[in-house]
Amino acid sequence: MPHITPGQAYGFFTDTSVCIGCKACEVACKQWNQLEGHAPSFLDGFDNTGRLDAETWRHVQFHDNVPDEAVTPGNGAAWLMMSDVCKHCKQASCMEVCPTNAIIRTEFDSVFIQPDVCNGCRNCIAACPYDVIGASETTGIAQKCTLCYDRLQNDMTPACAKACPTESIQFGPVSELRQTAAKRLEILRGQGVTQARLYGHDERVYGGLNAFFLLMDEPERYGLPDERNAVLPSRNNAGGYLTAAVTAVLGVLGGLVALRRRKEKVEGPADG
Amino acid sequence: MGDVQHFAGPPDWLWYILFYFFLAGLSGGSYVLATLLRLRDAPGDEPMARIGYYIAFPPMLIAPLLLTLDLGQPMRFWHMLVNTTPGHLGVNFKYWTPMSVGIWALTVFAAITTVSFAAALVRDGKLRIPLVVRLDGRVLNVAGSLFGLFVAGYTGVLLSVSNQPVWSDTFALGGLFLASGLAGSAALMLLLARYRPEARPSAPMLSVSERLYSLLELALIVVFAVTLIVAGTQEIVFGLPWSLLWVVVLAGLVPGLYGLATERLSAGPAVAVRYSVVLPLLVLAGVLALRAAIIFSVQV
Repeated sequence: MPHITPGQAYGFFTDTSVCIGCKACEVACKQWNQLEGHAPSFLDGFDNTGRLDAETWRHVQFHDNVPDEAVTPGNGAAWLMMSDVCKHCKQASCMEVCPTNAIIRTEFDSVFIQPDVCNGCRNCIAACPYDVIGASETTGIAQKCTLCYDRLQNDMTPACAKACPTESIQFGPVSELRQTAAKRLEILRGQGVTQARLYGHDERVYGGLNAFFLLMDEPERYGLPDERNAVLPSRNNAGGYLTAAVTAVLGVLGGLVALRRRKEKVEGPADG
Repeated sequence: MGDVQHFAGPPDWLWYILFYFFLAGLSGGSYVLATLLRLRDAPGDEPMARIGYYIAFPPMLIAPLLLTLDLGQPMRFWHMLVNTTPGHLGVNFKYWTPMSVGIWALTVFAAITTVSFAAALVRDGKLRIPLVVRLDGRVLNVAGSLFGLFVAGYTGVLLSVSNQPVWSDTFALGGLFLASGLAGSAALMLLLARYRPEARPSAPMLSVSERLYSLLELALIVVFAVTLIVAGTQEIVFGLPWSLLWVVVLAGLVPGLYGLATERLSAGPAVAVRYSVVLPLLVLAGVLALRAAIIFSVQV
């Protein structure tokens, strides 16, 4: 791969059609980023991690997609697997709500939580629509995938992409990854894999995701909101404040009405 | 009605935040009611107004402490106010983020409540700092009321400006928390008037306002419920065991709504419940239960 150049947008294209669920990405991520992880828990399928959080910045999802009835050739369904990660949204909900400005966009166009600035208010966790961020029990701050910021600064591919044996996780300039993804989708569609689709490759979801996916089912099967639901938290500012403002006006008016009644009562005997 | 998709994880805002929201509502509401009483410029209302200013102050001491303790890195609480990003030193103020706006409003409101509290002490002859009385004029009281209304209500907006189920599915939370805070404040002031006989002439005013605020709160609960039904998330907050908390919320509205049904807006002196201890406590329990149901149901 050519040199990693600051000022250019980098990201991941995760092709779930070739993910084999080996979890090499999870291990590589933990190892490079010195994440302790959690004790394994045996969940549905082969998932022993559970979810993304402060200790897990890559998580291989397993979804049972085996149908009860026979399937047509080329459309055989099996386990859906996806190596999930921070999407490094162009319009990031976490970055929007962060009150300390701890969450910044780096010179590689990735979304990064500055560990020395974050004070652990967890507003970003409430906002992230992908449940990517977690609060660290040891450091107290919010943490998530950094796109291996330190590796990028040293011209190295992120650990997960480096370790992926099937090239399900591809790293590179986002513009190139989009072309790769479009070609891959075309090939799959040509092979009759009609359920294949891209998610986050264009601006319809949070202005475009720098970590986008080729999926083998509806986005919601993987815990990804569809285009209608992928909306920034600030959408609720106007309605929320307006209702509060109307209530404030009614509250003051109510107080004035109550005072008026009091006045009548006080003045009553004097009038009489 | 299509259900709204939610995949956001809970931020684990629990007990500290519950009591912060509770105290913010009571502090803001009490300051507003105290100011309304004082602006009427009737000497008879001044003792009750001072009760309001007394109530508004302690929560503003405790609330920042609660917020700080809830942080993962409490010693960095000031990062909310100052940008410590290398090369970007300056003030942190993001008008589109309620948490950022709220922390500034809280700071200003805390300063104003401190002045009004000290001025009330001076006026009651408990303290000798004449300067604070001069500061505690109408301009400060009105400004404090605006901040008080904001502090009591923005907490609901803060929840809504997220991607959490329930919280982000409604626009009613800001208004609902504010109305509830006002009703609770009226009840608390009435409760404390027991210990200040000279404040009792103002009790009818607070009694009438509590009725109106209870009605306003009920209306906003209905709006809240309707918006959640539209989003398909009503089960999360109204299902068991949270429905038990909603019973407490509705019980807290009973004194006000009963007063409205029986006496309407009459400020007559024949209301025995006005000086009850239990009923204001019931109202306050409702204020707390409302916030607990909304905060915990989404996160526990």
